[in-house]
Amino acid sequence: MNDMTTIAKTTPKDWETDQEVRWCPGCGDYAILKAVQRTMPELGVSPEKTVFVSGIGCSSRFPYYMETYGFHTIHGRACAVATGVKLANPELDVWIITGDGDALSIGGNHTMHLLRRNLNCQLLLFNNEIYGLTKGQYSPTSQVGTKSPSTPFGSVDRPATPCAFAMGAGARFIARAIDTNKNLPTVLKAAHAHQGAAFVEIFQNCIVYNDDVFAPFTEKANAGPHQLWLENGKPMLFDGGKKGIALDRKELHLKTVDVVDGDWEAAGVIVHDVKNRSVAHMLIDLRLVDGFPIALGVIFDDPRPTYDSAVIAQNIEVSKGKTPDLQSLLAKGQTWTVEKDNTVFG
Amino acid sequence: MASVAQTLESGSSAAIQNDESIVVRFAGDSGDGMQLTGGQFTLSSALSGNDFATFPDFPAEIRAPQGTTFGVSAFQINFGSGAIDTPGDAPDVLVAMNPAALKTNVGNLKPGGLIIADEGEFTARNLTKAGYTVNPLDDGSLNKWQLVKFNISQLTLDAVKPFGLGNKEALRCKNMWTLGLALWMFDRDRQPMIDWLNGKFKKNQVLADANIAALNAGHAYGETIEIGGQVKRHHVNPAPVAPGLYRTITGAEAVAYGLVAGTQLASMPMFFGGYPITPASSILHYLSALKEYGITTFQAEDEIAAIASAIGASYAGQLGVTSSSGPGIALKGEAIGLAIMTELPLVIVNSQRGGPSTGLPTKTEQSDLYQAVYGRNGDAPMPVIAARSPSDAFDCAIEAVRIAVQYMTPVMLLTDGYIGNAAEPWAVPDMSTYKPFPVKFLDTVPEGGFKPFSRDEKLARPWVKPGTPGLIHRIGGIEKQIDTGHIDYSPANHQAMTDIRKAKVDGIANSIPDQDVCIGAAGGKLAVVGWGSTYGAIHQAVSRARAKGLDVSHIHIRHIWPMPKNMGELLHSYDKVIVPEMNTGQLKTVLRDQYLVDAKPVNKVSGQPFTIAELEVAIEESLA
Ligand code: SF4
Repeated sequence: MNDMTTIAKTTPKDWETDQEVRWCPGCGDYAILKAVQRTMPELGVSPEKTVFVSGIGCSSRFPYYMETYGFHTIHGRACAVATGVKLANPELDVWIITGDGDALSIGGNHTMHLLRRNLNCQLLLFNNEIYGLTKGQYSPTSQVGTKSPSTPFGSVDRPATPCAFAMGAGARFIARAIDTNKNLPTVLKAAHAHQGAAFVEIFQNCIVYNDDVFAPFTEKANAGPHQLWLENGKPMLFDGGKKGIALDRKELHLKTVDVVDGDWEAAGVIVHDVKNRSVAHMLIDLRLVDGFPIALGVIFDDPRPTYDSAVIAQNIEVSKGKTPDLQSLLAKGQTWTVEKDNTVFG
Repeated sequence: MASVAQTLESGSSAAIQNDESIVVRFAGDSGDGMQLTGGQFTLSSALSGNDFATFPDFPAEIRAPQGTTFGVSAFQINFGSGAIDTPGDAPDVLVAMNPAALKTNVGNLKPGGLIIADEGEFTARNLTKAGYTVNPLDDGSLNKWQLVKFNISQLTLDAVKPFGLGNKEALRCKNMWTLGLALWMFDRDRQPMIDWLNGKFKKNQVLADANIAALNAGHAYGETIEIGGQVKRHHVNPAPVAPGLYRTITGAEAVAYGLVAGTQLASMPMFFGGYPITPASSILHYLSALKEYGITTFQAEDEIAAIASAIGASYAGQLGVTSSSGPGIALKGEAIGLAIMTELPLVIVNSQRGGPSTGLPTKTEQSDLYQAVYGRNGDAPMPVIAARSPSDAFDCAIEAVRIAVQYMTPVMLLTDGYIGNAAEPWAVPDMSTYKPFPVKFLDTVPEGGFKPFSRDEKLARPWVKPGTPGLIHRIGGIEKQIDTGHIDYSPANHQAMTDIRKAKVDGIANSIPDQDVCIGAAGGKLAVVGWGSTYGAIHQAVSRARAKGLDVSHIHIRHIWPMPKNMGELLHSYDKVIVPEMNTGQLKTVLRDQYLVDAKPVNKVSGQPFTIAELEVAIEESLA
């Protein structure tokens, strides 16, 4: 979106503020902040043209730590505020920082409509499956049975799947990453390259209230068998290439297959096509059961015209040939003139 | 006000009675097109040079069951050769298109007033639906009024027969037949209505011709002997008004145009975030069509997104505007606090309606004053302005924009359903007489360094557009340190910032005119203090009381918060103060609190505006 040639080169340091970072020691947010600050110089954008907008929650403190314009708004409303920012000035590069409670509970409506409209922005949802800032209540993404101050006997309601929600809302870019994983910058770059609303779910460890909730696939030992990193045009392989994802044509769902001697084709492993919406649906739904991995990386990326460009285009189109003459606007419609002697002319 | 009854007794069929003012009420089923009839009759009044005030009174249901009393839609107009401030207390003429319309409206008709009823609709079925056991047209129950009945439905069908319309379509022309009759009764020119019909049905000449035929037939019916002996014609002379160009305007149009004018005077593009709600939606509709004025409209997913997006737009350097009615304003409350805390300009229009909760969506009330002044968490001061009439709403909207951009604050503009829908003649303002107040964004680092929460002499902070090099900063709803804007929870800082936010809004009083007295002296026995749409009724009631020799003055407050600086002194210069409001006493409470004045409430919360007579009684009782 920016003209690379006119933008001064930056380093990660240029994107750091002088503000003291106040997350709990060991919080996954630190790793995400570093990854974002490392990625920004590679995007060819300038700090003053960048705006970070957030809601409320631990993650939403993020804008204070970015040396860009920033707006820490109110709970759940980051998407709505960001929509106004972008429509008022489409030149700005808008990043939304939100969490599972902020984006899917109190602000679910705005998230849905931002994705549906396809506002050109990046939306990073830090999913820690818990309300951290308010001291640990279960969240709309918490797994059934989560014990928390508000659910001392375990939560009984089913969690939402953020990427499935995004898919249902009509998002054209859906990706997943892990706070401490080295692939996060690659995913962020792809999100930024996408024209339109780019939805990125980042699994973020809340060390205080929900420690290790993602360990079954993020722990080093579990990474191989349980992380499927997707790449467009590449076969869906995991576990060091020993396993792959194939389509069970009879049942019409995905299955895991063993890949012998690297011959993934023989095993029927599917090649990832980021524009394939049906497969994206199935990938998002993979759970850590029956030997399945979690789908990570860019799951779906198929751009459509953006909302902001459509609004601007219509504003220009319908204004063509019209002169904004307020005085004549006020005198529009049926008028009459009263002369000095109070005679009236229609 | 001359009564039609007298003229019915005395006039000859050829004579045209001259009247000072007449109140006509058109009432029919929601589907009968009464608002359209009323609107066109209003236009015709305007073109005849009458002053007027109107009151559209329609049901909440879009398509209420036909023929029922809750499906009745009415339009009242008061037009005259003198100044007209209200739609009139009681109608002189009631046009009733069906039994339900008669039943719900006749009680208010002046004794001796004229009823014109469409006999054709007084069928057994419709009578039952309206709750009549016998036909009131026949049983003598309407004897204290003049009753004229004819089969408007059949007469319309006959008139439009040559155009081959279906029965339903043909009957739709009934309202034009009625309008034609009304034009005859009040000695009006038909041509503007014919032009209007030709324009409206541009794409369907048959419909245009049929409607024109119905209009002409209604007019001709009056001319013929058929009713010549029963209904007299009236002529109302033009009202003496200042020379110039006039048009009719509703409050909703005036707010929309005022916002456009305000942003032009501020040299700002406008971003309007709205969500559909009665009776505020029309502001969104008007602005949506004016994109060439640098207006972006956004129909948000909900009320909260409507205001949040407007705040985002203000942050990004446009003027954010949002509008709603009470229930929607309630939803916006937290975001209003954010705009107060981040000190961003924002205009919030509240077209008040009957409450609480969903309340009475299509009826009028002034019961959101507490909400406007006090209705937020924390110490969250916000300026509040109230429009008194449709045309006044134009200037109020400009004033709201001015305060918002000069003081970096959200401003609430209060109108109500009555102001929003009612039409009145409006002298088209000459925009060159308005003083521009162009916004200056901070775009370079000031001497001594940039501080996002430094302040000018008005205590306003600088407005910086994201995208400006060298002025990168962050804002948010958390308490901020003086000057730097960094997060700061310390006790002394919070005290100081709270004081500054209050002082800033209080200081707006320095930029507004002193409170004037609309009629009467500054000081005396009694002040009638009002705000908003009660203006017309108070004005008339006070005028009449003064004509009877009573010492009473009318004060009408535009700046509800902060109030003009002379307000306390002014109020204390009267022995008594009464405050008529369409609520249970909200402005009264504010006045008592702010000025320790013994203001007495006069309240009406029925969904209907005050009548002049009600206020005359209140004045007389206060002075008794
Ligand atoms: S509570 Fe959890 S999410 Fe919040 S800062 Fe602490 S570790 Fe991070």
